[in-house]
Amino acid sequence: MIDKIFPSAEAALADVADGATVMIGGFGTAGLPNELTDALLAQGARELTIVNNNAGNGDTGLAALLAAGRVRKIICSFPRQVDSHHFDRLYRAGKIELELVPQGNLAERIRAAGAGIGGFFTPTGYGTELAKGKETREIDGRKYVLESPIHADYALIKAERGDRWGNLTYRMTARNFGPVMAMAAHTTVASVHEVVELGALDPECVVTPGLFVQRVVRIERAPTRGAGF
Amino acid sequence: MADYKRWTREQMAQRVARDIPEGAVVNLGIGLPTLVANHLPAGREIVLQSENGIIGMGPAPAEGAEDYDLINAGKQPVTLLPGGCFFHHADSFAMMRGGHLDICVLGAFQVSAGGDLANWHTGAPDAIPAVGGAMDLAIGAKRTLVMMEHCTKAGESKIVPRCSYPLTGLACVSRVYTDLAVLDITPAGVQVLDLCDGLSAAALQALTAVPLLFPETKP
Repeated sequence: MIDKIFPSAEAALADVADGATVMIGGFGTAGLPNELTDALLAQGARELTIVNNNAGNGDTGLAALLAAGRVRKIICSFPRQVDSHHFDRLYRAGKIELELVPQGNLAERIRAAGAGIGGFFTPTGYGTELAKGKETREIDGRKYVLESPIHADYALIKAERGDRWGNLTYRMTARNFGPVMAMAAHTTVASVHEVVELGALDPECVVTPGLFVQRVVRIERAPTRGAGF
Repeated sequence: MADYKRWTREQMAQRVARDIPEGAVVNLGIGLPTLVANHLPAGREIVLQSENGIIGMGPAPAEGAEDYDLINAGKQPVTLLPGGCFFHHADSFAMMRGGHLDICVLGAFQVSAGGDLANWHTGAPDAIPAVGGAMDLAIGAKRTLVMMEHCTKAGESKIVPRCSYPLTGLACVSRVYTDLAVLDITPAGVQVLDLCDGLSAAALQALTAVPLLFPETKP
């Protein structure tokens, strides 16, 4: 019997090794898998490369992981926010590497990894300093930059409902990077607020098919708190 | 100085909103462009897209009804209109890159006479760069409109021959709305469409670092 349900966030993240690349879903605080990020912090893996849209808010979640010195490099589109003080401090001290990626290129690079694409030409960023050193090409009169896929060892994502096959639904804008990150990682760990029986999710409304998900953890619902402004 | 009355931020937003046609799918950038949502003409059905996965975004919820799983690109709580829906990030940016958005409205540090946009980074050595969706939006929509003050606080023109700040996108801006004028970026040059009350063509030209074409000037 296939059963991807794990008893706890700790159990689902027990095998994350030092130096792993970990994608973390979320835009602002919507879709941030706080409990999974806390479990990653407790687990102790170091020298991580983190892929997230932002670089942590306040003192919890990703920000706590940064503050604890566990992250070697972050790949993101929008690190600087009102409450990104832990990232700001590490960046200014030269203690963290930043790969800044336009948000759409970030999403597409993640999707490409999951879709088996070796690279793609995108118009975004052409002629800017974020395309420096990258191959460019003119196709039908438009100029493009070659971008490469971003693969990960783990993806930590927050979904709404899931079943033991790993099928997932999401809640409103908490969906954001979840579906593409689930595709791009070797091991995708999804937190859900409700585990349902096989067949209980409307098959027309499953957003992430279970084959993209390896581990599912049920986490008690807590209201998403605003941050980042 | 000359006796003219600058447009307020709300008046600038009103002026942009007036130019958005019925049925348009629009992305409003963070900051000044967000104000445009408050001035969309009643009776016109205009669909707002938010980069974090919303089509059919509605206004802010009533106090106490905020749900931070439903936020806009600025991380502020919003609502969903009937007919609206959610989607993931790769689809959201495919909407931009794929040319499915009619209009995006962005803030700017500088716009060049050729329509280059600089709006993401001052390039200052101590500044932490952050780009978000700016580069995707700038080149993605069918029309990219810019809203910005005409001059910096130091009085320098933000419409420039060449951007000195790091670029967001090349030749991507169609029209610029400032507190002094509305200007089209055209192959012939920067064409003035409208001026604030009391401002003469000569006074606007004196405040602008590139040659302007005025309605009576045949290009």
